[in-house]
Amino acid sequence: MNQNTEWPLWEVFYQPGNGKPFEHAGSVHAPDAEMALQNGRDTYARRNEGISMWVVPTDQITASAPEDAGPFFDPANDKAYRHPQFYSVPRAVKKRN
Amino acid sequence: MSTFDKIPETKEEAFLEVLLRLADDRLIHGHRLSEWCGHGPELEEDLALANVALDMIGHAASLYSYAAQLEGKPDEDYYAYFRDDIDFKNIALVELPKGDFAFTILRQFLFSAFSFFNYRELIKTVKDEQFNGMLQKHFKEIKYHLRHSREWVLRLGDGTEESHRRIQEAIDEIWMYTGEFFHLDDIDKAAISFNLYTDTSAFKKEWESLVFGTFEEATLQKPDNDQYMFEGARSGRHTEYLGPLLAQMQFLRRSHPEAEWK
Repeated sequence: MNQNTEWPLWEVFYQPGNGKPFEHAGSVHAPDAEMALQNGRDTYARRNEGISMWVVPTDQITASAPEDAGPFFDPANDKAYRHPQFYSVPRAVKKRN
Repeated sequence: MSTFDKIPETKEEAFLEVLLRLADDRLIHGHRLSEWCGHGPELEEDLALANVALDMIGHAASLYSYAAQLEGKPDEDYYAYFRDDIDFKNIALVELPKGDFAFTILRQFLFSAFSFFNYRELIKTVKDEQFNGMLQKHFKEIKYHLRHSREWVLRLGDGTEESHRRIQEAIDEIWMYTGEFFHLDDIDKAAISFNLYTDTSAFKKEWESLVFGTFEEATLQKPDNDQYMFEGARSGRHTEYLGPLLAQMQFLRRSHPEAEWK
């Protein structure tokens, strides 16, 4: 298919349950936002995946470049204290769970 | 003598007719949609049409299996594969060839809009728990089919010159087959008297206002409502298109009646 006649690309996100963060499901082609929602539903929500869906025009997403990976993410490697397992959970909270 | 010549005298007979009429509409429409599988205009729309086809065939399967239970037939396959065209009770609209994408979308829109109102009323009317449960389950999917097809009617009508022309032609071609939505024969009237079906003429105005409102929004011309309207498919007087459809759908099952899915 000719590149110029192809519908724009949209990224599809769905929310697996109440209060859960949206997850990226994949992308679809669609002429506009309503059809992107419907195509997202038909392509990615066929097996009871979620309760809510977002679609975002792919060209509206700003992504970090592969060469940013070092400065962006490596510094976190040796900062294990940022992970929550170093904090003890009060007994009352544990009980409630 | 086909089953059509017989007006149901008991509630059981009327119930069976209602189940089969609803199911046949859905099976035949679902089969026509399935012909798009692998031929959709875009990958996403190919999936969407196949999804709707599967939904409709699923609705038919659940209605058939209830009918089989009531009538003492082995299973739903009996109704789909071992009846001839004269015994099918679907309206003619759903058996027309799939046509182009505009025709397919328009037919879906008209049928889903009708099903939306029909199911809404049936859910209020039908007392049988199992049947009502099925209707509620199908209703959710019908709402989606209506939304999907309506949005496409708007886009095709108010789209390019070619899409506008194609869907306008589809309206003019299909309109004579919409009369069967609202035509009530003696079987329907018997079913209504047993609270098993609804008087579809009661929501005709609502259906027209949804359909014509959508046409207007889509910059499409209303069809001529005074034209000749086709009628009789529910009584077995089908168009020439049903036979070949059934031949394709049934031949494998009839050639190997003992075959099983492994």
